[in-house]
Amino acid sequence: MKMFRTPAFVVAMMLLASPLHADSSLPPAHYAYNQLPDPAQEAKAKALMSELRCLVCQGQSIADSDAELAGDMRALVRQRIAAGESPASIKKWLIGRYGNWVTYDPPLDRLTWPLWAIPIILIVTGLWLVRGRFKRRR
Amino acid sequence: MIAETGLALLWLAGALAALQLLLGAIGLRWQRDDLIAAVRPIAVVQAVLASLAFALLIYLFVTVDLSVALVAANDHSAKPLLYKFAGSWGNHEGSMLMWVTILAIGGGAVALLERRLENRTLIATLSAQAAIGLGFYAFLLFASNPFARLDPAPPEGQGLNPLLQDPGLAFHPPTLYLGYVGLSIAFSFAVGALVTRDVGPAFARAMRPWVLGAWVMLTLGITAGSYWAYYELGWGGWWFWDPVENASLMPWLAATALLHSVTVLATRDGLRAWTVMLAVVAFSMSMVGTFLVRSGILTSVHAFAVDPRRGSFILALLAIYIGGALALFALRVGTVREGSRFDAVSREGALIINNLLLSAILGIVLVGTLYPLMAEAMTGEKISVGAPYFNSAAGPLALILMAALSAGPLLRWRRDELRSLAGRLALPALITAGALAAVIALAPGIRILPLLGLVFAAGLAAASVAPLWRRNLRHAPLFVWGMVIAHLGVAVSAAGMASESAFTKERLVAARIGESFDVGPYRVRFDAVAPVAGPNWTAVQGTLTATRGTTSFALQPEARSFWAPPAQTNESAIRTALDGQLYVVLGNPDETGRWQLRLWWKPMVTLIWAGGAMIAIGGALAMLGHLLRDWRGARRKEAWA
Repeated sequence: MKMFRTPAFVVAMMLLASPLHADSSLPPAHYAYNQLPDPAQEAKAKALMSELRCLVCQGQSIADSDAELAGDMRALVRQRIAAGESPASIKKWLIGRYGNWVTYDPPLDRLTWPLWAIPIILIVTGLWLVRGRFKRRR
Repeated sequence: MIAETGLALLWLAGALAALQLLLGAIGLRWQRDDLIAAVRPIAVVQAVLASLAFALLIYLFVTVDLSVALVAANDHSAKPLLYKFAGSWGNHEGSMLMWVTILAIGGGAVALLERRLENRTLIATLSAQAAIGLGFYAFLLFASNPFARLDPAPPEGQGLNPLLQDPGLAFHPPTLYLGYVGLSIAFSFAVGALVTRDVGPAFARAMRPWVLGAWVMLTLGITAGSYWAYYELGWGGWWFWDPVENASLMPWLAATALLHSVTVLATRDGLRAWTVMLAVVAFSMSMVGTFLVRSGILTSVHAFAVDPRRGSFILALLAIYIGGALALFALRVGTVREGSRFDAVSREGALIINNLLLSAILGIVLVGTLYPLMAEAMTGEKISVGAPYFNSAAGPLALILMAALSAGPLLRWRRDELRSLAGRLALPALITAGALAAVIALAPGIRILPLLGLVFAAGLAAASVAPLWRRNLRHAPLFVWGMVIAHLGVAVSAAGMASESAFTKERLVAARIGESFDVGPYRVRFDAVAPVAGPNWTAVQGTLTATRGTTSFALQPEARSFWAPPAQTNESAIRTALDGQLYVVLGNPDETGRWQLRLWWKPMVTLIWAGGAMIAIGGALAMLGHLLRDWRGARRKEAWA
């Protein structure tokens, strides 16, 4: 979405984008808007792209954003996949660069464990509450 | 003068809301029937005044009165009339005014129409509704006045975000707000019943049409919003697990649980405390949604203004209402009798499973939406929670829910036998197994979630029409039809989601004029690009010819540039066939004269929204069915008397 390019966003975009050579004066990289020739590699790239956050958008993955940075990140993912790198290692590289903010699939660690613990606690508590509601069968 | 009149009307409506609350509270406390008698008419007049204020704001927008700050910031004389009209709620202040107007109309409607509820409970309900309204009147009058003047008036307005200039989006906010506010009425009913200690089947029957109505509106709003995101954002996605989408999904999940538990309360006098609790939770989710969307805590297309003062104001309202309702619940829950008990294998048992699973899914969506905000506030570390988390956490629960949904309507109330249930489920189970074999044979290598989605959808489709088997269809009550259609809609929608996620074909290419590409069953030729112009935009329009077998047709996607405010949008070209949609987007040209084209073939994708529409229609039929039955019952009673 090309909207809300507020000054703060433009600055953030320039700061974030510089390592990936995103500059409005340059044409977008080929693989920003083109698929890899090998369907198996493209499927891998697509799966990874849809769980990477477009850092300058609002709640969109790089797989569905028009932002320049998203295009550059798509090109980067496709190039690295084509070069034979595994999606896991590309993801690791991006996390090293941008932090966990870049992935929609948060790793399980000391900060994110409640995301999985809270639903389990809810279900167990719910089952425990429900158990008492039923009549005993004779 | 018109803006000042609007503001005066708003003050008057706010004062009436205060009076409505005060008279109701005093009248109930000291048994003053003269005071109580005034509450109903006041609620109606308050609704009229708020509606007039909102009508004046619309008038200011339609006539583009640029001396009003809100109009100057969001309107433009070159905008089409529909968007001048809809622009009045396409901004922060206007949308909050619409919120409070619908709230007041809801209260007025309860005051005019509700005849079954015990009078004291009704007065307590109207007082609670006035208390909610009062907070939002205060918010409008002290923190976001829609009628503020701008001096000097600018020569031209700044226009409306072009993404919102779309007929679907013009009516998306009113629909969702009707849903949110309908839940406020359920909330007020629950508070009223707690105040007068009147939680029982009569209260549930009075509340049910409002819950169903709100739920229908939420369903429509979410379905329409999803389709808008699908065709307007131009990447073929239909749900992004964006916090703003979650903000509308959470009240829907709570309302879905509520309308099932309210049925248990109305029919079997069970789940009393739980139903009241759910009514409180459902409206709390609406408020949380409003807070998330309107406070600017999430920067998105919905956050019109980022103003921390407004955010804290809404947060304070949130805390007062939810905290107050929960405190009242804690105080009074001891006086709410538990209600009748029942066997685990029974309709009630299945509905409890439904409530448990929906609550767990709600918990997941709530945690996934709020946790990143809390984690950042506490540790400064930013994390993202998105589709991978929600799909893997909520997906399996949704599948179990579909299984429970297949069995539930086939169970008897109070007590049933597993063996006879197995008999009734034999055919759906057979169809499920057949679907499993067919999908694995036809689409080997399909991922597990879409596979199970398709298979469970087939079984659910068969099971959901089963309540009509061997039944005289003309004598089946309307609300049974409603249930069957809504449940079938769930199956249809789930099949669409699974099919879209498993079988979509994507082609992203840099195309020269004259080149052709294969996508799914279509061959698409890129014929031409030409400039076109609209009322407040110019565009590059592509022309493509798609051929499938012997039929061919033209597709004309556009890349639009709006000038007020300056922005670009992609207008995708979509062709709907019986078995799916062909979706084409035109991107930018590159330096060698090639154009970016994005082509998708999405088999069965339309089922997603068709199912959503069926769910809404089913809800509407159920509401109508219950209203008709109650009305006939009342007439019969009169005839006897």
